Amino acid sequence: MNAHAADVNWNAKSAPLEEQYDDAGQQRVAATLGMWVFLATEVLFFGVLFASYTIFRMLYPDGFAAASRHTDMVLGTAETAVLLTSSCLIALGVRAVKLDQNRLAAGLLACTAGLGLAFLVMHGFEYHKEYTEHLIPGVDFVQHGPYARAVELFFCLYYCITGFHSLHVAIGVAAILVLVVRVRHGSFGSQRYTTPELVALYWHLVDIVWIFVYPLIYLVGRSG
Amino acid sequence: MNTIEAAVPMPSAARSFLDRDYSLRAWLTTLDHKRIAILYALGITGFFFLGGIAATLIRVNLVEPNGLLLNAETYNKAFTFHGVVMVWFFLIPSIPATLGNFLLPLMIGARDVAFPRLNLTSWYLYMMGGLFTVAALLAGGVDTGWTFYTPFSTMFSNTNVILVVVGVFVTGFSSILTGLNFIVTVHALRTPGMTWFRLPLFVWTMYAVSLVMVLATPVLAMTLALIGLERLAHVGIFDPALGGDPLLFQHLFWFYSHPAVYIMILPAMGVVSEIIACFVRRRVFGYQFMTYSILALAVIGFLVWGHHMFVSGQSMYASMVFSILSFIVAVPSAIKVFNWTATLRKGDITFEAPMLYALGFVGLFMMGGLTGLILAAPALDVPLTDTYFVIAHFHYVMVGGSVMAYLGGIHFWWPKITGKTYPEGWARSAAVLMFFGFNLTFFPQYILGYEGMPRRYHSYLPEFQVLNVLSSAGASILAVAYLLPIAYLLWSLRYGGVAGDNPWDARGLEWQTTSPPPKENFLRRPVVREAYAYDEPAP
Repeated sequence: MNAHAADVNWNAKSAPLEEQYDDAGQQRVAATLGMWVFLATEVLFFGVLFASYTIFRMLYPDGFAAASRHTDMVLGTAETAVLLTSSCLIALGVRAVKLDQNRLAAGLLACTAGLGLAFLVMHGFEYHKEYTEHLIPGVDFVQHGPYARAVELFFCLYYCITGFHSLHVAIGVAAILVLVVRVRHGSFGSQRYTTPELVALYWHLVDIVWIFVYPLIYLVGRSG
Repeated sequence: MNTIEAAVPMPSAARSFLDRDYSLRAWLTTLDHKRIAILYALGITGFFFLGGIAATLIRVNLVEPNGLLLNAETYNKAFTFHGVVMVWFFLIPSIPATLGNFLLPLMIGARDVAFPRLNLTSWYLYMMGGLFTVAALLAGGVDTGWTFYTPFSTMFSNTNVILVVVGVFVTGFSSILTGLNFIVTVHALRTPGMTWFRLPLFVWTMYAVSLVMVLATPVLAMTLALIGLERLAHVGIFDPALGGDPLLFQHLFWFYSHPAVYIMILPAMGVVSEIIACFVRRRVFGYQFMTYSILALAVIGFLVWGHHMFVSGQSMYASMVFSILSFIVAVPSAIKVFNWTATLRKGDITFEAPMLYALGFVGLFMMGGLTGLILAAPALDVPLTDTYFVIAHFHYVMVGGSVMAYLGGIHFWWPKITGKTYPEGWARSAAVLMFFGFNLTFFPQYILGYEGMPRRYHSYLPEFQVLNVLSSAGASILAVAYLLPIAYLLWSLRYGGVAGDNPWDARGLEWQTTSPPPKENFLRRPVVREAYAYDEPAP
């Protein structure tokens, strides 16, 4: 059951052991598995939105292509670049934690959080632009022509997907900022890196979801 | 950690988890899985009786063809109340959150679940969602039925749909977190020697049901959020008049709500397996087949949701595929029934109250399952859709099945949980009364459905009256049978005899510790060599 415990030497600097666990190895396995299960539920949350998107794109292919042209591809592409870079930085940050390079780790994690914030700011600009163009269903939506309904549906799903995703980014940024403080404080190191690793896992999920969002929202209508 | 010596030293005092920290505050902030189980049991019992009151209103109303008590509008609200409360606040959490929470760590020899704080959070989410929903249902009510079918729920109903949807949404997270907790607990916290194929079948069902809760509930939560959005913003995700797709809603809803049926029935199967093994005094026949059929039910349960939509306009070919997959569900279900009966064969059976509940479960579940096969055939389902035949079918599975097993489990583990014995004669009478009351309530509904009486109407044609009166009479017997355990179990808390650690001479790890168990569950770390070792003397 705990073969992993044998090959790692858990010493005094490991995480405080909760009473239901026998050793730090068991606690670490439990926390990691818990995070993976949580990420599985996240996939299903987003899955509903992607399934809805798929259905309506099949029902209204032309309308969705037309709607997609209303989105801002430049900002969308920049957001993608920012988020992918941040995911790379957090992976390097976790590696630095494991190598006991605390200053480097804190710096990398702070950059990750900064890029996450930049992502949110750029999305804010996008939302503002769409507001001025009357593209927010339920709030201010004015569209005419044969595709009006489909465009409305597209933007409805666009706000659901990117809104829900941005919520995840915001939570991730908050978690990473807490992590920065704790890394600087010296709470983590080569014997204790479960929390940074789990936050990084979560951040990668946010990133992977965006990899699907970007082509579906921004690129689908640009080819034709 | 391969040796027992490496285990964290246990405190030597064997005070039970009940006999310490008596304050309300200590209970409401407890991280002990056993106390959280009891908190859940209190909430669940409350919701069960609220849902039961709505059921009583329905049955009283249907004594007369024109409706004795309620008009069409209040009748709609009554059955919605009954459905919402019973499904989400009783059936889904019933066995996993109470018996599962209490027993899962004990059965695998652990000191607690993997994430105790998350466990308590789940209870608070459950109670917040439940109380909020009940408040919204009482203050105005909802008339959509528990299924919230669109576009009625999003565009036409003038009732508190959004509030109720929010309540169910919140409670969904309680389900997700409980499932996550159980999965990790089973993976990471098994005691030495507790290999996967030595796990009690109840633990297997908890594991399978947790997978279903974790993977299905997010879909429901997001779908309910979209209903709220459509009502608020008037965007047509599900409303065809605005370009939306009502069939999409049904797909998403049943993608959760069909697996939800397995959330209700799998734990019941686990409870019954434990009880039968104990009162036949032998290992359950075909243990490995049982585990595989548990997993098969959890997996196939995800692939059959379309059988709720045979008349909703889904493609004929989809209906055919869903029909075949639904028939396949019968295979693992039948394996389980055959294995239970094979366990009984030539066994040294004793008929204590838990065993009566368990045997009742097997019979009623079989009845519900076999009529499910009728409904899985599109040619038969089309005329039977939305009739009382469907009502009878799922009540046989959920009430005849799950509730019987839940009560059987409560009786079986009552001595372990409370340290007290309950009055056996009363308990047997309640079990028998429940079996007959249940059949009298719901068997007439099969006939009513076969004869064409539609569900969800407050009135009906006069020729259906005899069977409806029979059904209502059965419901009154059932009500007495449900009130009886409340009375004598509460009585036993004060006047019951001392149970002893292992009153049934059963073999699971939970019987090797004291009754009630100490906070740490075991004073010495148990080691497992064999599951269901009924041919050996108790350790």
